[in-house]
Amino acid sequence: MKIDKELIEKVSKLAKLKLDESEKEKYSKDFKEILGAFAILDKMDVKSVKSSFRPIEEKDILRDDKVRESITQKEALKFTKHQEKGFFVGPKTIE
Amino acid sequence: MLKEHIKKVKSGEIKLTEYVKEVLDKCKSINKELSYFNTICKKEALEQAKEVEEKIKSKKAGKLAGLIITVKDNLCVRDVESTAGSRILKGYKPLFDATAIERLRKEDAIIIGKTSCDAFGFGSFNTNVGLDFEIPKNHQDIERVTGGSSGGSAGITAVADFVHVAIAESTGGSIESPASFCGVIGFCPTYGRVSRSGLISYANSLDKIGVMTKKVKDIAPVLEIISGFDEKDSTSLKHKINLKSDVKKLKIGIIKESLGKGIEPEVKKAILKIIEKLRKKGFICEEVSLPITFKYGVPTYYLISTSEASTNLACLSGLRYGQEEDPKGKSFAEYFSEVRSKHFNDESKRRIMLGTFARMAGYRDAYYIKATKIRTKIIEEYKKLFEKYDVLISPTMPVVAPKISEVKKMTPLQNYMMDILTVGPNLTGMPHATISAGDKEGLPIGLMATTDHQEEGKLLQFLEIIEGLQ
Repeated sequence: MKIDKELIEKVSKLAKLKLDESEKEKYSKDFKEILGAFAILDKMDVKSVKSSFRPIEEKDILRDDKVRESITQKEALKFTKHQEKGFFVGPKTIE
Repeated sequence: MLKEHIKKVKSGEIKLTEYVKEVLDKCKSINKELSYFNTICKKEALEQAKEVEEKIKSKKAGKLAGLIITVKDNLCVRDVESTAGSRILKGYKPLFDATAIERLRKEDAIIIGKTSCDAFGFGSFNTNVGLDFEIPKNHQDIERVTGGSSGGSAGITAVADFVHVAIAESTGGSIESPASFCGVIGFCPTYGRVSRSGLISYANSLDKIGVMTKKVKDIAPVLEIISGFDEKDSTSLKHKINLKSDVKKLKIGIIKESLGKGIEPEVKKAILKIIEKLRKKGFICEEVSLPITFKYGVPTYYLISTSEASTNLACLSGLRYGQEEDPKGKSFAEYFSEVRSKHFNDESKRRIMLGTFARMAGYRDAYYIKATKIRTKIIEEYKKLFEKYDVLISPTMPVVAPKISEVKKMTPLQNYMMDILTVGPNLTGMPHATISAGDKEGLPIGLMATTDHQEEGKLLQFLEIIEGLQ
């Protein structure tokens, strides 16, 4: 696999991180070292093995659908400067 | 220690408010030199002390009345700044307590502050603190690390001359590493034993809340309170915790690979000395092997944990809480990227990048999914050994606490490889603990013990045996 500036830029765009040139260079070097060592996983054949997304599987884990107290609108807005008429103000989502 | 302290608080022999005031002053002065706290919540702790005193008067005080608790900064404490050691969460004061904290508060334990950690738990030495935070220092040598990521928890446990329990958290070794480097006991229960509700997630299939203490017998009274099913965390265990075990002769497996290449000779020597003492007491100690764990454990851990972290940290975007910039006139991608790039530290960016890559279309099967399958093989490997053995032992860390300057010279990969001994029980979600096994010129060496899922009782029994040897 080719680890280059282009790949790092693609990943950072998906990760919503704006990297400067020196960071791109640094993470590119780190990726090469880390993924180079992690390539050892290729040696293991796990085609017929099931994934463990958790270490212990619990069954019947859904809770009852009951109405209960929640935080108030005022409380929810307590931590932001950017609010208007009881709503959060965010960046534009549609250009 | 803990039980006697609570008795004295309840009888009035210890005047709680005065006592808490003294403890807070001590912590303030410790913090100046060693940087173990991100926040000391003086006002809240004193208010709580007064309330508990009132409850004592009316004979309504809880089981942990007056016990001093510190909380790793990645657990939410109501109205107290909870940043997970990161700048992006600076100023965030949760409206609620994490379930573990709520349960402790209900039993009248006193919360005095939030302890230092690598930002979001991303580190093994506590040197990856968030931007503007101080690196905590080892009490034995201030040029050295405390270990991480729960470095503040271990540091304050080591130096406190007051009865105290630290609430810490481990994802890949964050309780064990600092407990080992600071010479205290670190106890990490089975995955799901303590609700993760209110924990600022690093990796949800790996995060576990545990405790640090100076004495083994102080673990159970606190663990008993914080354990148990919580409907706010669907992965919390329904089975009740069993903290008692009276197996006549525990069968001990010595993990062969943990005493091989890359282990500092003094660390190996200390562990072998303990094994010799155990054998003299009549315990069966046999060599066992975990080849898959030692070959594939570190990459498996880092691929799973960073994948989960990269999605968990997507909620930190400069909206609703935490650090923000002016969103006007910016597109959402531009705005989120700006805030995140400005306030995440280097290691947070690296792990988010790595996890995003491991989950990316075209790479997901080869990295993330593959790692989850190898995790299954690792769990099977441990389970097989527990058919024959009660406890598996190894050193906790391959070295004693390195110098801060030495850690800074390591590459990220060299850094990750230091977790080689702790990733196993963390990937399998099995209870594990560290206890001091001696020292190298004053620098503590830790022994790690692991038991099967739900076997916290056996683990405590084993720790008591080790404590008794010293």
